[in-house]
Amino acid sequence: MTLETKHLSRTVVDRVLVSDISVQVQPGEVLAVVGPSGAGKSSFLRLLNRLDEPTGGTVCLNGRDYRELAPRELRRRVGMVMQMAYLFPGTVAANVAFGPRQCGERLRPEQIASLLDRVGLFGYQERDVSNLSGGEAQRVSLARTLANAPEALLLDEPTSALDDVSARGIEDLVLSIVRERRMTCVIVTHNAVQAHRIADRTMILEAGKLVTIGPTKEVLRDR
Amino acid sequence: MIAELLNNLNSDIVMGMAQAAGAIVLCAAVVLLCRRFAVHVERETAISAARGLVQMVFVGLVLAVLLHGNLLVGALILLAMTFAAAVTASRRARDIKGSLLLSFYAIAAGSGVVIAGMLATGTLTADIAVLVPVGSMIIANAMNACAQSIERFRADVTAHVGQIEAGLALGADPGVTVAPYVQGAVYASLLPRLDMLKSLGLVWIPGVMAGMMVSGASPIYAGIYQFIIVAMILAASGIAGLIVTLLMRARAFSAAAQLTLRPGERQQAPDRLAKSMPSPS
Repeated sequence: MTLETKHLSRTVVDRVLVSDISVQVQPGEVLAVVGPSGAGKSSFLRLLNRLDEPTGGTVCLNGRDYRELAPRELRRRVGMVMQMAYLFPGTVAANVAFGPRQCGERLRPEQIASLLDRVGLFGYQERDVSNLSGGEAQRVSLARTLANAPEALLLDEPTSALDDVSARGIEDLVLSIVRERRMTCVIVTHNAVQAHRIADRTMILEAGKLVTIGPTKEVLRDR
Repeated sequence: MIAELLNNLNSDIVMGMAQAAGAIVLCAAVVLLCRRFAVHVERETAISAARGLVQMVFVGLVLAVLLHGNLLVGALILLAMTFAAAVTASRRARDIKGSLLLSFYAIAAGSGVVIAGMLATGTLTADIAVLVPVGSMIIANAMNACAQSIERFRADVTAHVGQIEAGLALGADPGVTVAPYVQGAVYASLLPRLDMLKSLGLVWIPGVMAGMMVSGASPIYAGIYQFIIVAMILAASGIAGLIVTLLMRARAFSAAAQLTLRPGERQQAPDRLAKSMPSPS
């Protein structure tokens, strides 16, 4: 889907978190959002699946204002992976099946197995989530989001809590899945090197404002 | 009329005050002991004790005057008590919009249903001297249950923001994302009352039974009656806890299924909030 923000803004009690941002992301494209801590990167991302309410502007999905969609449907179509995995207590399989179950759909065991295979967790179905490493938990979180078959994927510093090897693994995985499914992808990162590795375009935020946007190589030339 | 009452009760009052002074001395000793361990409750205890004593003397006076009032007067007194209870319970949820009304609905529903049931079955007579003290016990317990549910629900939700939003981000209904915390909050309101029912007669012989025996009732009937009261307290608490939790759940989310009950939302931007979230338990 084409994801477009139009003058997107959010202000909470006189504090401007996101200010007048208009960008467009195409299917199959990865846009990185970089900037210093407190620049409003996560605040911006949370507006894209309406976890927070814009106080100005809006987001259009394939040209349609996302407020016309029921929030639950919107969030199934625009999936999100957070900084931490936030798995629900129980088995890996139950976590993966969670999203579809919310709209009355039961995933078959082979569907769960195939999602887990895709994120490199072959045979993890019956594992308890409390026994997973950080990298494994984040892979389950990704599989759980993919189970909804979203058209867009939002990632909020998905590797910042992981070691380098696990982080690279998740990066490669995300990139190959995004390409394969032609998903629209927005990733928040504080790591310019990571943006270089996976993003087609990069936007830099400072104090909630869009400073610059363009091909990653140009935008991050000096970083 | 009050002067006359006071004259008649003069000796009782003097004795009562002396006994109250004794009770205060014991409380003060405990406060001093706490102080040794750097637990400073001097001011709060002094204010609470003074308030409690003045309020009880006042209630005694009001009851003495109203002892012969009718059902309507009794109902009005209970209503005023329910309102006061709602004010107290809602202090735990100051930042939740309309928390006073939430608490009032919950406490009124819990104690109202139970008191009406007891009146209908004749367990409670419309006599104001019985209705008000028994009703107040039920209201007070409904208030505690309400406060316990509010506290527990808020604590659980604000400690699990990450998991709740992970559920929302997967397209879950808000109710599904907080279901475990609704259970916890209702259970928290019931647990002390369940323990009360379990330990009845073994650990404590409550005031109503003691009072009935002092005034000459059969110990067996007094025991059964006390059981009924505690069971009714459990029922009122359960209703109050359940209703306040469900009302809180509705207020915890916006119309667009966004979690609005967050730790220090006004002070913290979501960016920093995300980093301060605890890992899932």
